[in-house]
Amino acid sequence: MKLTFPHMGNTYITVKALLDDLGADYVIPPFNIREALETGTRFAPEMACLPLKINLGNFIRAYEKGADTVLITGGCGPCRFGYYCEMHREILRDIGYPMDVITLEWPDKGLKEFLDRVRKIAGSLNICKILKAAKNATDVAIKVDELERLCFYLRPREKKAGTVDKIYKHFRAGVLQVKGSRNIRRLIRETFETLQSIEVDENARPLKVGIVGEIYTTIDSQTSFNIQERLGAMGVEVHRYVTVSGWIVEHMIKKALHLPRDIRYAKAAAPYLGAMIGGHAQETIGNTVLYANAGYDGVIQIYPLTCMPEIVAESILPAIERDLGMPVLTLIIDEMTGEAGYMTRLEAFIDLLQKRREAREFERKGALPWNRCRFGEH
Amino acid sequence: MKTKIGIPRGLFFYQYYPLWKTFFEELGAEIAVSGHTNRRILDMGVKSCVDEACLPVKVFFGHVLDLADKVDYLFIPRLTSVSRKEYICPKFGGLPDMVRHSLYGLPPIIDTEINLRKSGKNLLNAAMDVGSRLNCDKKAVRRALEKSLRAYREFREQVKKGALPPDIIDKRFPVLKKPSDRILNILVIGHVYNLYDNYINMDMLKKLRNNSVNLITVDMIDGCIIDEKAQTLNKKMFWYFGRKAMGTALHVLDRNDIDGVIYVMSFGCGVDSFISDLVEKKIRRKSDVPFIILTIDEHSGEAGFNTRLEAFLDMVRWRYRHEADVSSHG
Ligand code: SF4
Ligand code: SF4
Repeated sequence: MKLTFPHMGNTYITVKALLDDLGADYVIPPFNIREALETGTRFAPEMACLPLKINLGNFIRAYEKGADTVLITGGCGPCRFGYYCEMHREILRDIGYPMDVITLEWPDKGLKEFLDRVRKIAGSLNICKILKAAKNATDVAIKVDELERLCFYLRPREKKAGTVDKIYKHFRAGVLQVKGSRNIRRLIRETFETLQSIEVDENARPLKVGIVGEIYTTIDSQTSFNIQERLGAMGVEVHRYVTVSGWIVEHMIKKALHLPRDIRYAKAAAPYLGAMIGGHAQETIGNTVLYANAGYDGVIQIYPLTCMPEIVAESILPAIERDLGMPVLTLIIDEMTGEAGYMTRLEAFIDLLQKRREAREFERKGALPWNRCRFGEH
Repeated sequence: MKTKIGIPRGLFFYQYYPLWKTFFEELGAEIAVSGHTNRRILDMGVKSCVDEACLPVKVFFGHVLDLADKVDYLFIPRLTSVSRKEYICPKFGGLPDMVRHSLYGLPPIIDTEINLRKSGKNLLNAAMDVGSRLNCDKKAVRRALEKSLRAYREFREQVKKGALPPDIIDKRFPVLKKPSDRILNILVIGHVYNLYDNYINMDMLKKLRNNSVNLITVDMIDGCIIDEKAQTLNKKMFWYFGRKAMGTALHVLDRNDIDGVIYVMSFGCGVDSFISDLVEKKIRRKSDVPFIILTIDEHSGEAGFNTRLEAFLDMVRWRYRHEADVSSHG
């Protein structure tokens, strides 16, 4: 059995750590998201959501490299993600790529079925080893997210443009050269050290933008035309609450163990969206409120066309925009989205945030911006 | 003066109106329903709703606006789930919030959550919540609920026997053209709000019925059969409509009296994007019964729609004659 799994930003690092430790045989699909999307679009229903199409493209390419089994997570609604596994199984079968699909979720048939599925992946390993591998993989996920957060902070502050991106890219490629959670963690540590040693402008006060929206398109920067890197290059510090490790810890571990979950976002969302409706709509709304309260300059919502929960969120966001004075830009992605138009909108939004900030500071200081210039700030 | 409750003629209207009407009237309220969907209502909806929303939600917005200044309350429940272990659609769960934060100057909204996912008992709680907002005493609410459930069951029985919800609700007795041809049994799969809103589906049901078609809708298939079939799915279907559609599709494979299957979907519907594809796969793999997906959106022209529908019926008829020929000679 040769496994494969869908890409989503840095998840391949976590999954690699897990599968290496379990001693499983696997193929990582090629990293080119655009190509995957193109392939997937050919075979997926036209109105399926974008992540499904990209996943499908990933699987087809992985199959060609020898993979025969797909590993994905599932759910039980209300949004489409919970039925991805069945869609993949059926589509792959119809187009002549008969792959087995293992869904890591709590099956209707209960614990035994779940263990059977885990056995399929882990072979004869004992339960202790499996749990240890899961724990280590979780730790990798947490560390990778910390690393990403550090990049968010450094990009708008680096003295030499492009330094962070170079280190980050190097790290992402480097992961493929090592094996096992232990080596991956060492690589993460080293990358941390490299990043901490770069030259930064301590006095920089970059614009702060929160990213909210559907999980795939926000976590997978490539799908959204490398928005995180680009914002960084434009001198903007980004933040995103929804992360891979957050998903693992909050949605999988805490739920399974019935531990209290971090529901700050749900509380913040309550006046605007009174219930969990699926996907990440409640996070989108709640986190936008949290960003507003934390004094962020703006929020960007990203989601794939036809995404049901985010359409609900989009209808509500204008109310938050108005009540809390928080500018929100909504970017919708599908296979037809052109990069140029997308970038124009992004740049215009950042421009607006910059002007807003200047206007506010002008009000606060009572000084005219051109006066400040004349006194030698430039 | 009686309190006036506005019920928009959209989304689950054709599924639950008899229940809602009885309930509110038993509690002494007066009901106002928005008009039948028309260009004006559609336009108002399209203008006030986010572009990305599906047509049925936009139409619903139009109906809300049609009622807004005529009523004391709007009844827009948060329909999270109407069946055990199932959901409807994220948009149903967020509907009152979408409406409240997109449209301004609305009367108060009765946005009680109806969530029967874990237990059907929650229905009573939901009824109590609605009752308390109208200052009704608990006993009256209980009585009203019982009575409305009875009305609902009666309504569903009628639908199962072949009456169409809009005909029952509007008390219409459709005059049908005499069949000029052999009567075809056509099964139509689609959300209630697409099937029974004549404006949205461009009078499709009437056109079918006037074309010597015996209509069978998802609602006319026995619920037990649907459930039994749906249970054979590899993974439990967690959408209420999805279960019904998939169960029906599988049931078609057991029958030999269905001449064709039409799947009506709205453009941009997340649920339909998956279900229509799965239904098509199930049917096409195991049977050669003609199958077509008709997509509707706010820009669909009636002419094109009619052409596709007629071509489909012609094909079904041709196939029938052809088969009849074969068998009579063979
Ligand atoms: S959250 Fe949106 S994009 Fe993701 S599966 Fe659900 S509908 Fe599709
Ligand atoms: S089920 Fe489809 S048509 Fe109905 S509200 Fe949801 S997305 Fe819209």
